[in-house]
Amino acid sequence: MFDGLSDRLAGTVQKLRGEGRLTEANIQDALRDVRRALLEADVALPVVRSFIDEVKTQAMGEAVLTSLKPGQVFISIVQRELEKMMGQSNEALDLSAQPPAVVLMAGLQGAGKTTTVAKLAKYLKQRENKKSLLVSCDIYRPAAIEQLHTLANQIEAEFFPSTTEQKPEAIARAAVDYARKHFFDVVLVDTAGRLHIDTEMMTEIQSIHAAVKPVETLFVVDSMTGQDAANTARAFDEALPLTGVILTKTDGDARGGAALSIRQITGKPIKFMGSGEKVDALEAFHPDRVASRILGMGDVLSLVEEVQQKIDHKKAEKLAKKVSKGKNFDFNDLKEQFEQMQNMGGMAGLLEKLPGMPGMAEKLKGKVDEREMRRMVGIINSMTPKERKFPDIIKGSRKRRIAQGCGLQVQDVNRLIKQQIQMRKMMKKMSRGGMAKMMRAMKGGGGLPPGMGGSGGLGF
Amino acid sequence: MFSFIKRKSRKVDSSTTPANTRSASRQEDHNTGSVQSSASASESKPVGLSSSLAKTRRGFADSMADFILGKKSINAAMIDDLETRLLSADVGMDATSTIIDALHNNLSRKAINNEAALHHTLAEVMKLILQPCEQALILDENTRPFVILVVGINGTGKTTSIGKLANFFKQQGKSVLLAAGDTFRAAAVEQLQEWGKRNAVPVVAQGTGADPASVIFDAVESASSKKIDVVIADTAGRLHTQDNLMEELKKIKRVLAKIDPNAPHETLLVMDAGFGQNALHQAEQFHHSIGLTGLAVTKLDGTAKGGILFSIAETLKLPVRFIGVGEGINDLRPFHADEFVEALLE
Ligand SMILES: Nc1nc2c(ncn2[C@@H]2O[C@H](COP(=O)(O)OP(=O)(O)OP(=O)(O)O)[C@@H](O)[C@H]2O)c(=O)[nH]1
Ligand SMILES: Nc1nc2c(ncn2[C@@H]2O[C@H](COP(=O)(O)OP(=O)(O)OP(=O)(O)O)[C@@H](O)[C@H]2O)c(=O)[nH]1
Ligand SMILES: [Mg+2]
Ligand SMILES: [Mg+2]
Repeated sequence: MFDGLSDRLAGTVQKLRGEGRLTEANIQDALRDVRRALLEADVALPVVRSFIDEVKTQAMGEAVLTSLKPGQVFISIVQRELEKMMGQSNEALDLSAQPPAVVLMAGLQGAGKTTTVAKLAKYLKQRENKKSLLVSCDIYRPAAIEQLHTLANQIEAEFFPSTTEQKPEAIARAAVDYARKHFFDVVLVDTAGRLHIDTEMMTEIQSIHAAVKPVETLFVVDSMTGQDAANTARAFDEALPLTGVILTKTDGDARGGAALSIRQITGKPIKFMGSGEKVDALEAFHPDRVASRILGMGDVLSLVEEVQQKIDHKKAEKLAKKVSKGKNFDFNDLKEQFEQMQNMGGMAGLLEKLPGMPGMAEKLKGKVDEREMRRMVGIINSMTPKERKFPDIIKGSRKRRIAQGCGLQVQDVNRLIKQQIQMRKMMKKMSRGGMAKMMRAMKGGGGLPPGMGGSGGLGF
Repeated sequence: MFSFIKRKSRKVDSSTTPANTRSASRQEDHNTGSVQSSASASESKPVGLSSSLAKTRRGFADSMADFILGKKSINAAMIDDLETRLLSADVGMDATSTIIDALHNNLSRKAINNEAALHHTLAEVMKLILQPCEQALILDENTRPFVILVVGINGTGKTTSIGKLANFFKQQGKSVLLAAGDTFRAAAVEQLQEWGKRNAVPVVAQGTGADPASVIFDAVESASSKKIDVVIADTAGRLHTQDNLMEELKKIKRVLAKIDPNAPHETLLVMDAGFGQNALHQAEQFHHSIGLTGLAVTKLDGTAKGGILFSIAETLKLPVRFIGVGEGINDLRPFHADEFVEALLE
């Protein structure tokens, strides 16, 4: 989640860093960028407006304008406001009621309610040693009850059976009675997915709510929701006294608009986020950490700076020009890139500069290997200048000669050629798309050597 | 939005589906009085429905109507306002620019000087964008079984759409078999089996944990021997970022090609309209990994959605085969660009 937004914000801050001081003009520019980045991430318009106003007021403050580190100051304002937007600090479930504490789930179709019920039961058992009863009031979706039953078995939680002939309200009531008699700590009530404009279904969930008086009424929302996230959240919040939100499917690459809007729109905290299909993929939601993740903070910025410092600017600029013109990326360029990377202390060194992003570091690790890089430079070295410039002429006999020249196999040569073709494609894409812009934004040009980012870029 | 489409298509043929009670009753209940008779879902036109729509129109349609009807003369500021509205209906930057540019051109040529003209031009521009995507899924008579592989992100509506598709093809007199290729999610097989029952069509399944490719292979083999016309294969929801799961889909395609080099004859991505621009990127990635031949866009019965269709048309250019407008067995319709735009702007 948030990859696109992170890219954009990193670019903005980097631009500011190049400026000596913050002025009204460059703050305006930066804010325009931030505004656009947020809108493109599907953050709701009113939320964007108030965010921009707040950042602007603070950035125009005396202390900020006279600061010698404008980028730093600006980013800390943005960080603070992002945290505020999402609610400052984590709010846990409040299950301190007279047991059984009832938790009611609500949300659109397919948001992840049923899966989340199982995740919560497991979480509560492991973290708080609470015994939960699971019950499904979804009498509509085929096999919905069966789905919860299966999940309950998986996590070894008790399941309260229901049938599609019953009324949802009656099911919920019976489950709570049963839980009271059998000393359960928590009853987790799953409900059918429903549209907020379906008045009949909204009335149904209101009556379930009235029947079991949950201490927690959680709105489950898919982090991939687009512009509609704010509307649906508002509608559910108006229909039900929500106590919190659970954001699902954050393991995808959603733009994150829902995550950033919902707190402001409803005033209700995001309590958890789902990060996978498995029953243990549930995490407490910490706005501050999420904000840091969005901004990549010092980690990535210092990495960018380091790359800029160590990279050979002339060569890098030449490449950037070539790429942005859509020219072919040949073996000479590839070799240069490999050498640049070695200058920077190689991948291992670079990866260490990516703390906060363990996932990313892992991904990169799989893709680039130090020894492999040296071998590839060896292969390129045994090519003729013509072959380096026109990679497409490298066919059978040439491949054999090159392989012999560097003491490797033809397969190794093939692999390198394949990689070169891939990079060429990627470069083509970059020249068309956003990467080129990003590279330009990183003043000295250059950017990161290819092969490091994969097709998705580094993701900051 | 699109409530009219849904309402019309819903005049529910309870005759064919005795098992369809829950879903059908849930929907019939709150629509009694508006249920219409005659005409199959595919041929109904939104003629004369505007009055019955007045109460249910929401989101995009509402704001557009307010926008267009609320102002007397047209100026550039209004067009900027329109831009914001398009963006917040998930139309996306690119498609919005296309629409706005076209309007600007007309505006500067003074071709638009009143609200009726704006409405008309807007509709025309939007239709032009969508029309190329209107390509119905046509079964090749000589291909039997015609294999449809259904893929998509978690929870977008694949299994439900398969249930609706089975009904759609049965109504055309085709025999249908379903393959329970989601062997991962809890009760996914049971869910598909229930749809099989509702449609009275066979479901080939091996149960949770089985190899999806082998389930689907078996299903196609079995359909061949029974001379069944259409096989629709369900798959587990997956994120486009999960390389191993995308590999699994490639494997399914490879295995199918062993039976018939042209199978699957349709690789249908089911997209959730509510995902907005996220859906666009997802579709691009699926297309890149496994090659798609068509799209089904679901959950268009919600609000403020539907703008994503314009982004699809602008950037993806894949055929939009069907739109999903509800949870019932009849709530799937072939996509018609003009009708869709009329519904948006109604
Ligand atoms: N990748 C990922 N998938 C998830 C997550 N949470 C749920 N899912 C998947 O999303 C799909 C829908 O989940 P369900 O739990 O059935 O959703 P629901 O809200 O109960 O759906 P309805 O009852 O039909 O409204 C399933 O395929 C789940 O496995 C998550 O955090 N990450
Ligand atoms: N309102 C509405 N709901 C829909 C539509 N299509 C599907 N749904 C609902 O969306 C939810 C998820 O649908 P499924 O068919 O289970 O989705 P799926 O893609 O198979 O999900 P996974 O297999 O878990 O990835 C169910 O509650 C469906 O009833 C539609 O067009 N409109
Ligand atoms: Mg459910
Ligand atoms: Mg499914």
